[in-house]
Parts: sequence; structure tokens; C-alpha cells
Amino acid sequence: MAASPSISTPFVSRSLLSSSTVSRPQILLLPRARSGRQAARIAPISAKIREIFMPALSSTMTEGKIVSWIKSEGDRLSKGESVVVVESDKADMDVETFYDGILAAIVVPAGESAPVGAPIGLLAESEEEVALAKAQAHSQSQSQPQPQAHSPLPVSPPSPPASAAVTTPLAVSEVPRKTVATPYAKKIAKQYKVDIGSVTGTGPYGRITPSDIETAAGIQPKKPASSPAALPVPQVPSPSAGATPKAPTAVLPPIPGSTVVPFTTMQVAVSKNMVESLSVPTFRVGYPVTTNALDSLYEKLKPKGVTMTVLLAKAAAMALVKHPVVNATCKDGKSFTYNENINIAVAVAIDGGLITPVLQDADKLDIYLLCERWKELLKKARGKQLQPNEYSSGTFTVSNLGMFGVDRFDAILPPGQGAIMAVGASKPTVVADADGFFSVKSKMLVNVTADHRIIYGADLAAFLQTFAKIVEDPEILTR
Amino acid sequence: MAASISLSLSLSPASTPRSGPAAARLGAAFRSSSLSFCGLRREVLSLRSVGSADSRRMIADLARHRAAKIVAAAENNGKPAKFDYDLIIIGAGVGGHGAALHAVEKGLKTAIIEGDIVGGTCVNRGCVPSKALLAVSGRMREFQDEHHLKALGLQVASPGYDRQSVADHANNLASKIRSNLTNSLKSLGVDILTGFGTIVGTQKVKYGKVGFPDTEVTAENIIIATGSVPFVPKGIEIDGKTVFTSDHALKLEWVPDWIAIVGSGYIGLEFSDVYTALGSEVTFVEALDQLMPGFDPEISKLAQRVLINPRKIDYHTGVFATKITPAKDGKPVLIELIDAKTKEPKDTLEVDAAMIATGRAPFTKGLGLENINVATVRGFVPVDEHMQVTDADGNLVPHLFCIGDANGKLMLAHAASAQGISVVEQICGNDNVLNHLSIPAACFTHPEISMVGLTEPQAREKAENGGFPISVAKTSFKANTKALAENEGEGIAKLIYRPDTGEILGVHIIGLHAADLIHEASNAIALGTRLQDIKFAVHAHPTLSEVLDELFKSAKVNSGVMSSVNEPVAV
Repeated sequence: MAASPSISTPFVSRSLLSSSTVSRPQILLLPRARSGRQAARIAPISAKIREIFMPALSSTMTEGKIVSWIKSEGDRLSKGESVVVVESDKADMDVETFYDGILAAIVVPAGESAPVGAPIGLLAESEEEVALAKAQAHSQSQSQPQPQAHSPLPVSPPSPPASAAVTTPLAVSEVPRKTVATPYAKKIAKQYKVDIGSVTGTGPYGRITPSDIETAAGIQPKKPASSPAALPVPQVPSPSAGATPKAPTAVLPPIPGSTVVPFTTMQVAVSKNMVESLSVPTFRVGYPVTTNALDSLYEKLKPKGVTMTVLLAKAAAMALVKHPVVNATCKDGKSFTYNENINIAVAVAIDGGLITPVLQDADKLDIYLLCERWKELLKKARGKQLQPNEYSSGTFTVSNLGMFGVDRFDAILPPGQGAIMAVGASKPTVVADADGFFSVKSKMLVNVTADHRIIYGADLAAFLQTFAKIVEDPEILTR
Repeated sequence: MAASISLSLSLSPASTPRSGPAAARLGAAFRSSSLSFCGLRREVLSLRSVGSADSRRMIADLARHRAAKIVAAAENNGKPAKFDYDLIIIGAGVGGHGAALHAVEKGLKTAIIEGDIVGGTCVNRGCVPSKALLAVSGRMREFQDEHHLKALGLQVASPGYDRQSVADHANNLASKIRSNLTNSLKSLGVDILTGFGTIVGTQKVKYGKVGFPDTEVTAENIIIATGSVPFVPKGIEIDGKTVFTSDHALKLEWVPDWIAIVGSGYIGLEFSDVYTALGSEVTFVEALDQLMPGFDPEISKLAQRVLINPRKIDYHTGVFATKITPAKDGKPVLIELIDAKTKEPKDTLEVDAAMIATGRAPFTKGLGLENINVATVRGFVPVDEHMQVTDADGNLVPHLFCIGDANGKLMLAHAASAQGISVVEQICGNDNVLNHLSIPAACFTHPEISMVGLTEPQAREKAENGGFPISVAKTSFKANTKALAENEGEGIAKLIYRPDTGEILGVHIIGLHAADLIHEASNAIALGTRLQDIKFAVHAHPTLSEVLDELFKSAKVNSGVMSSVNEPVAV
């Protein structure tokens, strides 16, 4: 470390994200139980100001959005307290602190996103450091006027003030510690010609990890290309307000007076899935089903907490048992992947999005158990607390718009599944039987969209026939 | 089977009292579904495969042979000995199992004493479960190697693993092999005596709980096959969680971010393969100046290029780990290193875990060797070339043998088994000396490394002393069609031989399936096949075995002279 502390200002205006040489004490946060996964790393650095940075809440998460700060600036935090709520793909998680201290500054306000590992706030150890931390946060926000989504990790720091002495460790006047770097970190340091002595470790026990070297070398850690929203969008005013206003979404920028609202993380995921679905050759087969028997069964079971959705899911599952190909998946365009379990995903509209909680082993569990399971899932879905396996393990999807009076519609096949069933409303319909006698029966139109690479017309027809038989004689559902 | 019994009865009336049951046991051997593990011999099975008429004749032959031997033994002793068993084996590891199987085949009444679980180190804490972990690591490597997958036109999305399931796979494999082993012993009629065995005198063993051997049994011959335990140098504190040996590592209770492996022999190397495939970074600590000290230098050079350099591995060579403290009180595992030569403190490592793979120590305590005046050498039981134990005065101890890791001659499961078979042959009156240079060894990294016979420096030394020339031939996997089809062209095979006689001195392979390829060479060495003969053997095309075909063909044997001097070869 170059040790010529000739410069008087302890904090230079320098991007915190680009810490090529600046000592960068960090605090790692432990996400708590809202959704299970934990990024349990520890950074015991005895610094006075620590960065709170965006935790990786899942292995695939590259960016997270701050839903809300539970604590505000100036609040005293104690170890283990929840500080901030972060939204990942489909779940919100409380994130707690590992250290005691004062939340000195919020760098990324609620509603904004930051890449994993980027500082989102500063934690000061004592009152004295709060001002320093605020200054640091200020310089940080000045050097970072653009929202995260548009400027990935800046590669080079903004030109530091005249003196080159910025390499002096700031605020941290510790006894020089032995540099510990992992084998791979050393390897890539050589490759990228990074002086390991000048890097501050952020790994366990303060060790230098490969990603520290990558950061020091100005290389963006390997991650998939960032999510859409590449248009230069003017930032919504008063970002600290958090909630993005629910305004009608404009289609194209030229129309005057339009407002652009960026997708939530969930909406990004939906969008991605929908675009992906275009690569699958699908077709649709419709079938009318008489529901008089089902309706009366429903009336009978309703007091026991059975819902129509679950009855339909169960009926579909039982039909799938006899037609395993409809429960299969085409993964590579060359083979059938038969799924051992029948997991019925049910599309549910939730505030600002769509999610598909999954009734696992719907064919095996009895209707009452399924209903209980379903209630739990709905509760979790509303709280955005579904675990990944609770929304992504479906092998067949049921989507029901019948309650809105929709008589028929067609659904888009979600990636990774072979078929999806769109259920319309059940309506009294005049039917003529073979002898010409007219009667009024309740009829419901179901329309299945399927991947034609593995499921052919006859397969769907046979499946629907079985489904209709079950619905028309539904006593079997309660067994 | 009935036929075989009557035949044996009619052969030698003198042996009637014992040949009857012997033949019955022989029959049992034929019925058993004998399985082969870790190089256990499978000859019982091979006999089964011949036609029924032939097999009857062979049984008759065997019975006759057995009868002759008994007569001879009876003559030697003056009177038939009265023992509980013909053979007692202490230790039911792979060595003991191999010996027991062969003893039964030879018609000996056999018992095996085991104080722990059947299968020993290999099956429970060694070769077997580690192969399960390596099977996982091999696949993980394939899935993670984007370049390789792309070259094959494959697309694999974000491969992952479930640690517990991987650990279960290893554990399940071990218990399956263990029960197979136990069943094979039982079905052959080998008595499994539970307890720790102690030798109390010539041809006498007591067994029971540790320290309280209560049951005494006698046997004409005794084989010690007690194996070994991981060797932990002084100053290293094992806590089984952050500092551990292969015994714990095989349970795969966690996958540390960074693990130091002390010792870069084949155990360390295999675990580095597992850990790096599962996402760990590895630091080797090796006392010698070079990694992988046991291997042929050329092979270890290439191994370093393939198995170390491109992976998340670094190393410290020429250093001893004098002190290793497990992680506690918020501190990582601390490893203090000193220079192996100057003994000066050199470095301190801070890692998440340390695995000690510094070799294995014989497990010979409590064997009661002092009762028969036998002194161990660094724990090893001293033996002669027939694996017969020698006492403190250098005299052979009658009726006592020691095989496997406990004698330290060659610490490999299949070597123990081969030694056991050799001892049984010896007991039955067939002079038999095992050629240890024909025993192959393998390291199951990806790619694998295998070897048999001498390394090049060893061969050069021997050649110098013996005054004969040696030559070296090499072939590359890059020229092999099958290897290229698999897109795994990395690897070489190396042959060290005598150009004057065509004798194979050593073969070393690193490359795809090297462990399976070595046997052609080890068989050739064991049977004394010469290069000028083996090079005419045909290999299926395209197979990896052509790497060896090429190797044999590229050897330049001075055949003009040799063909006339060629010794007869027993095949």
C-alpha cells in the first residue's frame, strides 16, 4: 500500500462502486426467512463505516430492487435487525444486518435497483461517523446521477483530485493485515495484472476473492446481460417516495404526454417468459364440457372449503395420469421429458403481476388436502413469499377466467411445460340429444394450448375426452 | 455338485474326514454369486462359466489336488493337526476378503475376524465411496466446461448439485458393496467372527471387545490383514468438521469455499478433483519439492498442466504443515507452514477447511504381536517376500502371515487381495511370490492417471545397476480416434522397456479412462509377455485401447537378435 497520507480530505469524490484501490469495508447482509435462501457470507472488517450492499438472494439474481427501507437514516441498528426489503425475481425478502451501528445514509432509495454487490447504504459505527458517511454517500450519489439500470458498474473511477495519494486507506487506520487471497483470486490477479496487495478483500475473514480481483481489474463480474428497459427513461421524480405510480403504460415514446413505468422484477420475468414462448410451436384444441354434475358436487363440497379452481386442477391431474404425454416437456426439441409428478400450476393474478402457484402431486393428494394446500399457496402468493419450487415446478397449467364471464380464451404456453388449459365460464346452453329432445345443460368451454413437438392433436383430443368424462361424472374427484 | 462330492470321496480315503466338507464348500463357491470389488479376484465366477461337464472335471481336478495336499501335510506333521480352522484371517477388508475367497476355493476351512464393519477402508472409507463422489465430479466438470460442450454441440443450462444427494450416493454405494461382500463371505461358508482379534500364541487367536478378547480359536495358519488408518502428523488437530481426513471428507457434510489439502498424493489429488468440481478452491500443501511425488515425473508434469493449473488450485511445495488449528471463535482454519529443509517458519494459511491426506498408517495396535516376539517397524508388520511375518530376531514366524496395508509393501486394496491369494497358494504348498511390479495403480481424477511397474527414474537406476539398456516410448491420446470423438484428446501413455529383450518395465498413462487401460500392460508384465509378441495382439477400432496398441508398436525392440533368445512364456 502506498502510504503517503499527504492529502487532507479523508474522503475523495470517488465512485464507491469502482473501488480499484480504495479500501472498501463492506457489510454483508443476511436475508431472512421471507424466502429461505440465505447469502451467508461474513465480512468482519473492523472499520467504522461499512457499506451495506445488495445481497445475492438467489444463485441467479444479478440485480435487486429495493422495495422499502424498514429503517430510516439516523436509526440505530442492532445486529440481526431487518433493515431493508429487497425484491428478487418473485419474492420479497427482509434483509438483516450483521453489525450494530447507525444507518447513516441510504445510497439506493426504495424503488430503485442495484446490481448484486453494489452498496445500497452506509452503516456508521458511532454518531461521529454519520456526517462522514453522509458526505461519502453524497459524493457517491453525485458521481452516480444515472439510475443503476442504465449504467452498469463504472469501469474507471471519475478522475480523483490532483494528488495520487488516494490509495491511502480511508477512515480505516488498522494494523496492516496479512493479505489473504484465494487460489483462484491469485490466478486471475496474475492474468489481469492486478497487484494483489492493493486489493481489499471482501470475502470471508476479509480475504480477497476472485470477484474482488475482477472488480479491481475493472471487469464486470460474469453475469447475464442485464434485463430489458434499455430505453433512456427519465427517472420518476422523488425516487425516495418508493412506490411507482400506477399510470397507464404508453406503447411508444413519440405519443406526447405518455408516461413510462418500468417493469417490476416480476413483470420483467413475465415478459421474458412470454417472449420465450414464441419459440415453441403451439396449437390449440377446444372442447365443450357439461358441468351440471360438477356444479352440484361443488355446491355440496363448498361448505368444506373446496373451491372450483382446485376441483378443476384435480380433474386435470387425474386426466393427466392417463395421458402422460400431455404432462411431458420438450426440453431440447429432440426428446420427450416425461415428468414423474403431476404438478398443476394455477395462474393467479396478483397486484401488478401474475404468478403460478403449483399444486404438487395433484393426482395423489385428496381434494381436501389440495384445498388446504391451495389456501396456503394463495396466502403466500399475496405476500410474495412463494418459494421458487412453489411457483416454478409446474408440469401443466390451468388458467381459469370463467369467473369473469369469459366464455373462451386461449392461453400462452409457459416455457418448460407441454400444455396449458384455459377454462371459460360455465353457461346454460340448449342442447339437443340424439333423439332430438332439447334440454338445457351447463356447458363450459376448455381450450388447451400445447407444444406440438411432443403433443399431437389426437393426444389432446383424447386427454380432453378423459377430462370431460371426469368432470361429467366427478364423484371420482372426492375419492 | 453331488457328483463332485462322490468323486472327491473316492479319491483319497485318507482325507475323507476333511475333504467331504471341503468339497461341499467348494460347491458353495460355485453357487455363490461371487462379485468382484476393488480388484478382488473373480476366478470362482470364471469357473462357473465353463460347461457343466467341464466344470465337473475341473472340480474333480481341484478335489484331487486338495487331497494330495492334505496327504502331504499329514506326512509333514506326522499326524493331522487339530485346529478349529485351517485359516483365520484378522480383518475383513478387501485383502482379507480376497484371501478368504481363494482359501475357500482351495478347500480351506476359513474364518475371518472383524472388529468393525466388513469391507474395511476400501469399501467403507476409501476407494468405493470416493468413486461415487468422483463420478459426480466428472459429470459436473463435463457440464461446466462450456468450451467442451460447445465443441460437441451441446447446450446445458446452469448445472447444479444437491450436496446431500451426492453424499447419499457415496454412502449408499458403500453400504451396497459392503452387504455384497458380507453375503459373498457368508454364502461361501466363511465364518465371520465379530470382535477385535489378538494373537495370543502360535496358531492361536483370541477375539472379542477391544482389550477383552474372550473367545479363543486356533488355526493352522493366520493372516493379519488389519489394514491402515489415515496418518495424521503431529501438531494437527482433527475436529472432523473443519480439519479432517478422508474418512470425514467422504461423508461430504459440507463443501467449503476454500480447502487446503495437505499431501498431494493420489488421495489428495482425487479430493481436489471432487472439491473443485463442486465449487471449492483448493490449496495443496506438499512436503516434497514437487506435487504428486509418487508419479513418473513426466506424468506428474502433464498432470499438473491438466489437473492443477487450469483449476482453482494453488500450492505450497517443500513445506510442512506443523500446526493446524480448526476454525473456532470466528477464526478460520489456521495452517502454519515451515520450510521442509531449513525448518524456518514460512507462511500461515487461513482457509475454511483442511483435509489431511498425508498417507496412511498401519493399524496394528492391539494385535498381540509382542506375544510372539514380533516388533513392528513404524507400525508395519515385517514380512518376507511370501508375506510371512518375521520376528524381532529376523526369523520367520511359522504359520503367520501379514498382507495389505499392515505390511506396507504396497498400500493398495487390490495389492492386499493379491498378497492374500499368494499367501493362500503358499499355504497350500504352491511356492508363490507376488510380483509387485505387476500391480497396477490408478488415480481417478478427470482425466485418470494409472501406472504399473517402474517409473522412468527408477528404471534408469535399475538399468544402470543391472547393466542393461532401457528405452522409452510415448503415444498421445490426441492421435486416438475414440478420444477425439469424445473431444478428450488430452493425455499420454508412456512405456519404459528393455530394447534388448522386449521386457516391459513400466507403463504410465494419463488420459481418458486411463485406469481401465492399464490392465493390458499389467497383465503383460504379470505374464511376462514381451513387446515383440504383444504388438501383434489386435485391438478393436476405434477404442481407447489403441493408445496402448500404438504404444507397444512404437517400441523398438532389437528383435533380430531377440526372436531366437525369446524365453518360453507361460500364458
